[in-house]
Amino acid sequence: MRRFLPAAGLSAVLSAAVLVPATVHAQAADPNLARNLAATCANCHGTNGNARGDMKPLAGVPADKIVAMMADYRAGNLPATIMHQIVKGYTEEQVRLIAAYFAAQKPAGKK
Amino acid sequence: MNRSTFRSSAEASAPLAASSRRRVLGAGLALGGLALAGCAGTATGPSIGRVVVVGGGFGGATAARYLKMWAPNVDVTLVERNPTFVSCPISNLVVGGFRRIEDVTRGYDGLKAMGVKVVQGDVVAVDAAGRKVRLAGGQEIAYDRLVLSPGIDFMWDAVGGLQAAVDSGRITHSWKAGAQTVALRRQLEAMPDGGVFAMSIPKVPYRCPPGPYERACMVAAYLKQAKPKSKVLVLDANPEVQSKKALFEKAFKDHYTGILEYRPNAELKEVSGTAGAMVAKLEFEDVKADVLNVVPPQRAGDIARTAGLVNVNNRWAGVDWLTMESTAVPGVHVLGDSTFSAPAMPKSGHMANQHAKVAAAAIINLLQGQAVNATPVVMNTCYSFVTARDVVHVASVHQYDAKDKTFKTVPGSGGVSAAANQLEGRYALSWADNIWGDMLAV
Repeated sequence: MRRFLPAAGLSAVLSAAVLVPATVHAQAADPNLARNLAATCANCHGTNGNARGDMKPLAGVPADKIVAMMADYRAGNLPATIMHQIVKGYTEEQVRLIAAYFAAQKPAGKK
Repeated sequence: MNRSTFRSSAEASAPLAASSRRRVLGAGLALGGLALAGCAGTATGPSIGRVVVVGGGFGGATAARYLKMWAPNVDVTLVERNPTFVSCPISNLVVGGFRRIEDVTRGYDGLKAMGVKVVQGDVVAVDAAGRKVRLAGGQEIAYDRLVLSPGIDFMWDAVGGLQAAVDSGRITHSWKAGAQTVALRRQLEAMPDGGVFAMSIPKVPYRCPPGPYERACMVAAYLKQAKPKSKVLVLDANPEVQSKKALFEKAFKDHYTGILEYRPNAELKEVSGTAGAMVAKLEFEDVKADVLNVVPPQRAGDIARTAGLVNVNNRWAGVDWLTMESTAVPGVHVLGDSTFSAPAMPKSGHMANQHAKVAAAAIINLLQGQAVNATPVVMNTCYSFVTARDVVHVASVHQYDAKDKTFKTVPGSGGVSAAANQLEGRYALSWADNIWGDMLAV
């Protein structure tokens, strides 16, 4: 198996994979897809999810929590200034890949 | 397939340094790479290629950072003519007197620390056949892949007398942040109460669609407080406000009635006059101003033209959106404002940063003979200050469309602020802090 497994991301990736078999397929096709998608968030949420200032850090946040929050933003169930508009530009599968990637990142400053 | 995979967060200076090692998972042909890595005795294995990045702004610096972070064994050289990076985003706050130029200035030390070779210099020629660039001093740097992120340069001939007026310091453009930003601030500080500040906005497309309207607000905010008898005259060559229209119009009315006057369809033809008494010549009238700020019409940066990359409207560089590779010259990738934008894609620092990540991922694939990402996504967020604290945003998400080979915004996604607000004022500053960190590793 030659699958992209970010550090400490095994459980997160697997749990996402169990929920959505398509995730496994996407990763097998392009091992960097999750990384590339997550990089689109870094402008606001910091490199690999290590956010500064008032932005929400995503590094190390459990994948299911990120997925649930994104679903709430999408549905308008969570107050937002901008995320409700941004999340609608990503497919649910892309959100799951992004969430798994961030979950696998160690927050900066923690070993 | 000999596909090497790299751990994420592979950044030498970060706490995750232990994971920066090249990981070769799997057997077979991958063993060859592993053996070579062992011989070289380095943490990252032998070089898989040389990438030269020209321009250390939002596009170029991000490309250098992500190339090195995602593939430590790519040799990355960044050539930038300035010693430090000065951000255009947030620089309108400097114009308004709400921030100092130091607040929007960052260094290249973070990139150097992670192994990017940073060369201060000016690339004057590209030898695409010989795969090398030449600097003003004659030095040559060879590459396997070249990234050009030169931003914009100005179409001086479009406005009579403009270049001479800018060169002499009578007029500022302040559309490249730095000395020009400071010069405009000084002119505003020297302007008498009761003076007229006029600014000219060119027809689209230009760098940062909402930027001129934010600048008008920042100058008006300063004058309202410090020189309340003064006027701000916005001369827009376009028929209406080009970004966040309703939000800017509301800000003009709510905060700057009696100070700010907006004139659509007011294309600047010529400038004349002396310092402190400038004249902006429009089609049917002459406008006098104590301080005249002209955002000139723009095109791809000079080096893009010199290198033969400008192939759209004689102004912009066409690219393959899967790789950001030029459609004119193989092996050369173009990022940011210089590109011929995809539909509804703004020329912004945020977007240049996103272009850079698409390019970095693709270049690493190409150097190893791998297929590139067939489904890239880019997105844009832009915050504009309408007062020193109140901010409005516009956001968009662009997915690659394989059929039309371009990025397209996703229907139903993106949008603008419901109303100007102070929470987004804080987010705007945090956005800047995060994106500067993301591009410069600082």
